[in-house]
Amino acid sequence: MSNSAYITGTCIIREHKILLNDKLVWEGKGPELQDFLRAAYDHVSGQYPKFHKMDPLSKLGWLAAEVLLKNNPVLQLPPAAVGMVLTNRSASLDTDVRYYATVKDIASPALFVYTLPNIVMGEICIRHGFKGENTFFVSEQFDPALLAAYPAQLLAETPLQACLVAWVEVMEQDYEVVMALVQNTGTQPLTKEALTSLYKKK
Amino acid sequence: MADLKAQIIEQLNLQEVKPEDIGNDDPLFKTGLGLDSIDALELIVLLQQHYNIRIANPEQGPEIFHSIRTMAEFITAQQKQQA
Amino acid sequence: MSVKVWIAGGGVISGIGMNLQENLQAFKDMRTGMTTMQYLQSVHHETFPVAEVKADNDTLADMALMPENTSRTALLSLIAAREAWKSTGLGDISRYRVGFVSANTVGGMDKTEDFFNSFLANPQGGRLQQVLHHECGAVTELVADAMGIRHHISTISTACSSAANALMYGARLIRNNIVDIVIAGGTDSLTRFTLNGFNTLMILDQQPCRPFDDTRTGLNLGEGAGYVVLVSDSLLAHIQPWARLSGFANANDAYHQTASSPDGTGNYLAMKGALEMAGLTPEDIGYINLHGTGTQNNDVSEGIAINRLFAPHFPAMSSTKSFTGHTLGASGGIEAVYAALALKEGIIYPNARFQHQMKELPFTPATAFSAGNDLKHVMSNSFGFGGNCSSLVFSKE
Repeated sequence: MSNSAYITGTCIIREHKILLNDKLVWEGKGPELQDFLRAAYDHVSGQYPKFHKMDPLSKLGWLAAEVLLKNNPVLQLPPAAVGMVLTNRSASLDTDVRYYATVKDIASPALFVYTLPNIVMGEICIRHGFKGENTFFVSEQFDPALLAAYPAQLLAETPLQACLVAWVEVMEQDYEVVMALVQNTGTQPLTKEALTSLYKKK
Repeated sequence: MADLKAQIIEQLNLQEVKPEDIGNDDPLFKTGLGLDSIDALELIVLLQQHYNIRIANPEQGPEIFHSIRTMAEFITAQQKQQA
Repeated sequence: MSVKVWIAGGGVISGIGMNLQENLQAFKDMRTGMTTMQYLQSVHHETFPVAEVKADNDTLADMALMPENTSRTALLSLIAAREAWKSTGLGDISRYRVGFVSANTVGGMDKTEDFFNSFLANPQGGRLQQVLHHECGAVTELVADAMGIRHHISTISTACSSAANALMYGARLIRNNIVDIVIAGGTDSLTRFTLNGFNTLMILDQQPCRPFDDTRTGLNLGEGAGYVVLVSDSLLAHIQPWARLSGFANANDAYHQTASSPDGTGNYLAMKGALEMAGLTPEDIGYINLHGTGTQNNDVSEGIAINRLFAPHFPAMSSTKSFTGHTLGASGGIEAVYAALALKEGIIYPNARFQHQMKELPFTPATAFSAGNDLKHVMSNSFGFGGNCSSLVFSKE
């Protein structure tokens, strides 16, 4: 298969730090993930009150996309030309547990909505108007082979011109987002090795 | 109605809204607070939790949840019935 | 890119039958699967009809040749996947490069619910890692192991379009020569978790559901599993194909977390994309297996999107969820098997309990079973929460 997919931007969120294209853009304080997410939202954006209704998985994916896509020409592409391939280990388990805790009293519809891992993709699509293909894989660990091969195939064979590729994992206080923007033109080829080294960056 | 506003903000996670931002007659959905169908379901939960009022038919929603005033009137009417 | 991908067989277990033949007979007899709950323990026992697989876990474990404590989601998966493989006549699975791409949304939730109760009582109990073994990916691994599949194993979780996306991914694995065969589809068992959840969304019908009927008031949940066997053109001489997977597309509705946009934008884009990939025009489609959940919102959005794409020539269409209930992550797999079988035998499936035409739509679904129809291309729609919309097109040749 010819390689015509390139990484044109990256965003990593972990250990309460946000890195855009390898550079630290913001660092949060305090131990709690929810507090970090709120502070990160205030720093990054504001102006999107629906953020507060999201579960941590959606907040993390949404934040990474927000940082990565700020003023990016990808936002000018036709809606159906931007897609997404996301993966994680715990699916929506973090929210499943919290939803389940409400069932004994009165089950919460607002929490139930987030008991599916692909809702984070819906949130990113709603925010940016993306209507292209999107898929969510559940894998035991970060899988650079899958994340290199499949988006490249989508760019080659479908109307997609850009694809957000990410590992978005959260379980209680443990979380990790490694997101790359992938396009058909660029300088850094999308390879398994490139993603592996991205994942290892601190 | 002030209590109701605080409860709505809490229940719907409206972190950037203050009770005084919500007018008694402002529409809660679409143009006003911009609530959606899931918020409507959470308002039904709110009525059950705080006022022990059950709504079985979601189609009643738009009428009851039009504004703070219509919600408050509905709650008062229900409480009179129960008393 | 243009390697053809064939459907060499399929298997289904659902509320209307333990195998595909029983499912087919249920359609012929107009026998739907919704009853009062028999196997799931729930406070909603008397309230909501469901389409359960009519067997307890011990019986399913015996059928699947698995230990009795295996998650029901995995048991259903294994039973349907084995049937699918057997129907191909390809013999010893270890002779081929085979992938298994399976979708589900609840994972081992049926087992996990018991765990949650002890976890919530003592969150510091440190047993959270155990629950991961019941999660979505573990179900797929368990079934792949039991089937002897090693070359490629993936789990997809995109709500109710999960299994359709599994077929798309599987077809691409074959086209890129990563494997020659993929068993693709999905599985989900009925759980209190999903039942309570859909109840909070107030979209469960307390009567048997009425998809595409003007009086519809919601869906019934079901359970089951369905898999097709996708086979590369290079193995065509070894199979008797039921159909070819000729087109597919996925789009995001980008409107709301759970609701479809009023004009069904995502639905329209998915159907249009699948037709374009297959090189077909709307008139070529002879039958549509609708997503057709029976909710107010889904059916009107899907119908409006169909009207926009197909008017004025509407193919026969029906929602088989009027028989099986909504099997969530399994539905796209079960309905893909129905669609492939439709081409093989010229079947148009009935839409049960349809009486009143929807006022928004100029067409009505098929209400009677028929076979021997001259079908060349059929479409299967699967639309999920998160705006995830998929459409598959199957062709006879």
